Amino acid sequence: MRLRTPSALLGAAVLVLAGPPLITSGSGADTGTQIPGLRLMVPNSPGGGYDITARTAAKDAEDAGLTHNIEVFNLPGAGGTVGLTRLVGEHGNGKLAMSMGLGVVGAARSNHSPKTLADTTPIARLTEEPDVVVVAEDSPYKDIKQLIEAWKEKPGKVPAGGGSSPGGPDHMATMLTARAADIKPKDVNYIPYDGGGELLASILGNKVAFGVSGVGEYLDQIKSGELRLLAVTGPERVKGLDAPTLQESGYDVHFTNWRGIVAPPGLSDAQRTKLTGLVRKLRDSPEWQESMAKNRWDDAFLTGDRFGDFLAEEDGRVVSVLKELGL
Amino acid sequence: MNALNSLIDGFGTALTPINLLWAAVGVLLGTAIGVLPGIGPAMAVALLLPVTYGLDPTGAFIMFAGIYYGAMFGGSTTSILLNTPGETAAVVAAIEGHPMAKSGRGAQALAAAAIGHFAGGLIGTILLVALAPTVADLAVGIGAPDYFAIMVLAFIAVTSVLGSSRIRGLASLLIGLTIGLVGLDQMTGQQRLTFGTLQLADGIDVVIVAVGLFAIGEALWIAAHLRRTTGDAIPVGRPWLGRSELRRSWKPWLRGPVIGFPFGAIPAGGAEIPTFLSYVTEKRLSRHKNEFGKGAVEGVAGPESAASASAAGTLVSMLTLGLPTTAVAAVMLAAFQQYGIQPGPLLFEREPDLVWGLIASLFVGMVLLLALNLPLAPVWAKLLRIPRPYLYAGILFFAAVGAYAVGGEAFDLVILLVIGLIGFGMRRYGLPVLPAVIGVILGPAAEQQLRRALQISDGSVTGLVNTPFSVTVYVIVALLLAWPLLKKLLPGRRTETADSGQPEE
Repeated sequence: MRLRTPSALLGAAVLVLAGPPLITSGSGADTGTQIPGLRLMVPNSPGGGYDITARTAAKDAEDAGLTHNIEVFNLPGAGGTVGLTRLVGEHGNGKLAMSMGLGVVGAARSNHSPKTLADTTPIARLTEEPDVVVVAEDSPYKDIKQLIEAWKEKPGKVPAGGGSSPGGPDHMATMLTARAADIKPKDVNYIPYDGGGELLASILGNKVAFGVSGVGEYLDQIKSGELRLLAVTGPERVKGLDAPTLQESGYDVHFTNWRGIVAPPGLSDAQRTKLTGLVRKLRDSPEWQESMAKNRWDDAFLTGDRFGDFLAEEDGRVVSVLKELGL
Repeated sequence: MNALNSLIDGFGTALTPINLLWAAVGVLLGTAIGVLPGIGPAMAVALLLPVTYGLDPTGAFIMFAGIYYGAMFGGSTTSILLNTPGETAAVVAAIEGHPMAKSGRGAQALAAAAIGHFAGGLIGTILLVALAPTVADLAVGIGAPDYFAIMVLAFIAVTSVLGSSRIRGLASLLIGLTIGLVGLDQMTGQQRLTFGTLQLADGIDVVIVAVGLFAIGEALWIAAHLRRTTGDAIPVGRPWLGRSELRRSWKPWLRGPVIGFPFGAIPAGGAEIPTFLSYVTEKRLSRHKNEFGKGAVEGVAGPESAASASAAGTLVSMLTLGLPTTAVAAVMLAAFQQYGIQPGPLLFEREPDLVWGLIASLFVGMVLLLALNLPLAPVWAKLLRIPRPYLYAGILFFAAVGAYAVGGEAFDLVILLVIGLIGFGMRRYGLPVLPAVIGVILGPAAEQQLRRALQISDGSVTGLVNTPFSVTVYVIVALLLAWPLLKKLLPGRRTETADSGQPEE
């Protein structure tokens, strides 16, 4: 008995820790895209957005036979900054990549991290999703104009809720909207919540005047009429949803929350081409297309230097907003 | 009774052999996960998510729900036996459970906890079936001022678990509040007490604090004293709950869900606060107040029942509103979306088979868990027969594994050791450990809700008392504070029971 119980514990530990990687290991034919031992870092915890993107991408790449066994691992901390620092430290490692997005750009700045995304090798932007401006069914605000007029008049009395902390995507979307409506970001009464789920309760209960979060979070509540969709922040309307973009309502906002993949600095051209090639083949695979449809992700494929320029632009936008707020 | 019919259909889904198998796999995995510190149910579900892509959604969710409930059961096992909480909801189980185990009543404590979880889960799930839509509507009405009021109540309640010396208890609470401050301020992004270290930017995980203070502190303390005391094993004692223990436990088992279920259903409620409140309630109501702190069975039965009921409450908001109130629910929500299913107002209409199959499988899971854990209680309790040097070496090993598993960072081990040394120092100077852990959990939550409430009201203090709910809670707080005074002013009514309530020196 003395031996059995601890060994049962150990067995359970092994099962829990080693089970998933063992089971997911599949095999695929060699198509020239193989990168043996490729590891994909997720800079936040299991179940988060970057995690789902990474695990879906790894599985689809395996199913499509592009490469064997991509190991996905989590290194959470400081909104992705801990993972970013680690990635930048892996100079020249062609077998490591990181799943990331706009949130990491913001976190690196709001944490005053010495390493930024400019220190990485950009590989590709994969998906994007606009934010939405929503109010409760019984809210007095019937359309976006009405809301923004009231907001302009007394910014402090019109609290805005978002699913991310300062520097994060929902915060950015709110501040960019404020700026476009000539409201000083400093006057905005922004209340951060821990994700769109926690925010939802406060919108439904009219605790905040309006909420800003990802469209995917609230599709069902919008369709059932519990939330009224006032506007979307992207450049185009969302299919199936009856609401204008902020741009066509007269507010110059172009905001989407995107996700992509970056690699360590100092890669050789061959390493970089190989990694980008793998991601491109993944993006073109029917497996990935199906996953995108299932998760309601919009394709936003952009590679190499153009993705690098885009990263620099986004970084500049984050810095300008944070500077105005004095953060 | 439309719900009842649907539920019967649900049992049809849940009792198919394949779904029974998934429920069994889920509760086994969940129990194992709950026993190990550090790997919470949220992480387990997230890691298993890719494995289940091949399954049909109903099977996958039956398994996930089994993991969730199973982890609640398993979490208290190490709390009771080894003073090492497997997850935060099980912290309270250590206060009374571990002294019980030390005095040879480990199996009884485990049995009381297992039946408590069963009762809590069962009643919670019945409430889920009966009240889901109503509770969901009420949950939305609760806002930041109400949460802050509940936090104030919890802080007041904490003073009764401060131990024999108020000053030492408060010192311990302050240590906890200070540890809770570490990290990035969620409201402004300001770094606090991080000393420029990125690893500290997210704060210190409660599991690491609890494991460090309880397990590492205890192991160091035992190691420092083992030479002077005997190295003998702890007696195991008889395996079953006696009649007197049953008589003392059945009311706490039934009271637990009343406290736990609503907390699970409201956003930011969670399982920790109801376990504290349940513990305090049981202590106040018990006729054996002098046993509290030394192994009172009520203090295990009530909080454990509350913990499981809160798990059921969590599912209410997740299924009916698409509102995740805990990390596990958030991961399960992501899992739903992977299958192209959006939990929310339309879920019950769109996917009745899935929802009612899931709910029915919760009942099945509770029975499986009870059948698994009751016979296991004496077996687990035999762990204590291991001679202490080996036992505590094992505890140190599992504590380290758990702390590492939280974030996969070697840095966390350093934090664990530092906190363990703090725990050792606290024992040396007679500071109780529990208030510190409560401080770490409640402090940041209370701060966030207070600031959120003030922000929503644009800085006006009236924003804290502008809801009927918060006013009611503050009235209760005022009554609790004034009670000793009132009692002195109203002489002649059964003062002897009141006297036995004083903590003894």
